[in-house]
Amino acid sequence: MKSLNVFPIVRKEFRQIKRDKRILGVLLFIPALMLFMFGYALNFDVKHTRLAVYDEEKSRTSREFTQLFFISEYFDYIYTLQSKSEINNLLDGEHVRAVLIIPSTFSKDLQKGNSTSIQVIVDGANSSTAATVLGYINSIIQQYSLKVMSQSFMRLGRQQLTLPIDFQPRIWYNPELKSAKFLVPGLIAFILMITTVISTTLSVVRERELGTMEQIMVSPIKPIELILGKTIPYIIISLFATVMILVLGYILFDISIKGSVLLLSLVTLFFLVGGLGMGLFISTLVETQQLAFMVAIIVSMLPTFVLSGFVFPIRNMPLIIQGVTYILPARYFLVTLRSIILKGVGLSAFWDQAIVLFVYAVIMISISSIRMRKILK
Amino acid sequence: MIFSKNRIQKHETTYSSDSYAVIAEGLTKRFGHFTAVDNISFKVKKGEVFGFLGPNGAGKSTTIRMLCGLLSPTSGQATVGGYDIAKEPEAVKERIGYMSQRFSLYEDLTVEQNIDFYGGVYGLEGQRMEDRKYWAIEMAGLKGKEKTLSHALSGGWRQRLALGCSILHEPPILFLDEPTGGVDPVSRRNFWDLIYDLSNRGVTVFVTTHYMDEAEHCNTIGLIYSGKLIAAGSPTELKHNLDKYSVFEVVCTNPVDAMEHLRQQVWTAETSIFGSAFHVSTLNVPEVHMKIQKTLEKENIVTSRIQKIIPSLEDVFIHLIAEEDERSNGKAIHL
Repeated sequence: MKSLNVFPIVRKEFRQIKRDKRILGVLLFIPALMLFMFGYALNFDVKHTRLAVYDEEKSRTSREFTQLFFISEYFDYIYTLQSKSEINNLLDGEHVRAVLIIPSTFSKDLQKGNSTSIQVIVDGANSSTAATVLGYINSIIQQYSLKVMSQSFMRLGRQQLTLPIDFQPRIWYNPELKSAKFLVPGLIAFILMITTVISTTLSVVRERELGTMEQIMVSPIKPIELILGKTIPYIIISLFATVMILVLGYILFDISIKGSVLLLSLVTLFFLVGGLGMGLFISTLVETQQLAFMVAIIVSMLPTFVLSGFVFPIRNMPLIIQGVTYILPARYFLVTLRSIILKGVGLSAFWDQAIVLFVYAVIMISISSIRMRKILK
Repeated sequence: MIFSKNRIQKHETTYSSDSYAVIAEGLTKRFGHFTAVDNISFKVKKGEVFGFLGPNGAGKSTTIRMLCGLLSPTSGQATVGGYDIAKEPEAVKERIGYMSQRFSLYEDLTVEQNIDFYGGVYGLEGQRMEDRKYWAIEMAGLKGKEKTLSHALSGGWRQRLALGCSILHEPPILFLDEPTGGVDPVSRRNFWDLIYDLSNRGVTVFVTTHYMDEAEHCNTIGLIYSGKLIAAGSPTELKHNLDKYSVFEVVCTNPVDAMEHLRQQVWTAETSIFGSAFHVSTLNVPEVHMKIQKTLEKENIVTSRIQKIIPSLEDVFIHLIAEEDERSNGKAIHL
């Protein structure tokens, strides 16, 4: 069999990319920009919540209690209220996120061994932040309760109170619980999905629009040669973008690849080929660059952002939506990426995901080849 | 022009089937209910310039696209260079060059890069690639502009570069789909010189056009109208269609009324406007020249010239199209 004639198309594609700085910009600058944006701006850690205190008692005990909030980095002291009527203003104007109200009987109740109640008003407009804030407040109050209980036990002359369960948390893979560590692998999937699908779709549709595709079609070039010639340049650029994200991730967020680089490259290649196949497939369905761009964005960017588990955990989604996520290649790629980069685990931990990615790549390339052959006829 | 017309009369002997570059038999293409090409058959001799002539939408491009393997025919068959377009499209593709009105060049690549690409696609390598690149740049007159973006070239240059790119692999058969559309007259002439040059070297050229003057320069013309091939032959042969008529050119004060009055005469076949004058074809009745003059005088139309002329191809086509319309309308009524 004659060897495949792919080089002229690859060379032409690279020459065009080199000429059109916009494509190169999209392929290289956007990933870097997104890494900055997502790494720094998209932060799920809730720290420095603005907190106001309305202390009706103003005793030593109540002050000691409120101090507990401000020694942690989770809360910032903003204001001490003089009357209850100020609460509305503070929350409405978003001057504070939460108000802590200590009753006038706080220390007396505690001394008598009665239970007392602390009221907390939280701005629930951002539900996930509010839930996290409530969690922090709750744990501080629990700690304080325990302290009060053990003190009263000792006063009653009993031996020191020991808790039946000693809680010893160890957080694996991302011990500091940094959001960036969780996001960077997802970002790789997100960016690769965009670059592969959009760039291949546009590069094919542009040729159809210009009429150069027709000129290629009357030549003896085979569909497989055209497909390879069209995809190889974008595989190379996308791999380059991946390496760039990993290097930037290491420099900026101290994220190193814990697992095998070889395995990482392999699954990335599967994912890339799948994305390119999808891009080619779209390009056989639409006629204009404008439409191609829109379809490519809708098919690649949105679901990958929302449904792949990149930002929002899949297990929190309604069951039907969870079902939908199974058709997204990014879902599987994300699991593999996090396994390799953050956990450093071997193939045994994610072989099933890798197989899905491989099958997906094969299916996409087959469908697009069939479609290509059809439009080349 | 550099070419000489005397070479046009060279094909008068009988031919065996392998002396044809293209043979189409009952070629038909339907898009849904619309029949773009309706059962057409023709033969193109090796080395000739075959002109496919017809109004826009007549089916010229559809036919050429079927012959190049860009469209598959609904029915019928065709061979190009001896290979069946449906069964051996790959063999066909290696033997043809194709260029359309859109001059499919990459505008963001330079002259040289465009040649590199198309040469590469056709599998040219090494010395042959270098030779052909040199040839194409010379041919298109683009020496010294190798590094210019094709986007920056004027229409005529782009057209010649596109032609060069489509024949880098030296195909024996060249398909040109309205190659001179949107190009200035001087460039058109230069382009036809290139076509004759190729034809002289034995390349078969199949060209579609709607320019009558271009059609006059073809060895053989096929006239396609509403998807049907309504006439084929050399320009001289086609003009014999008008042997039973005389064609006069009339210059007068009110040509529109004059045509209307002449059309009512039994001996008038057709009238058609040609610039400020008009042509009238009449049956060969005695003293028809005088009859025209008298008809117009009666209507107070002042004629400055009535002259018997040799019919042009345009006269022939207007005649043939009118006949075809009559035939299909007649059919419709009888149905």
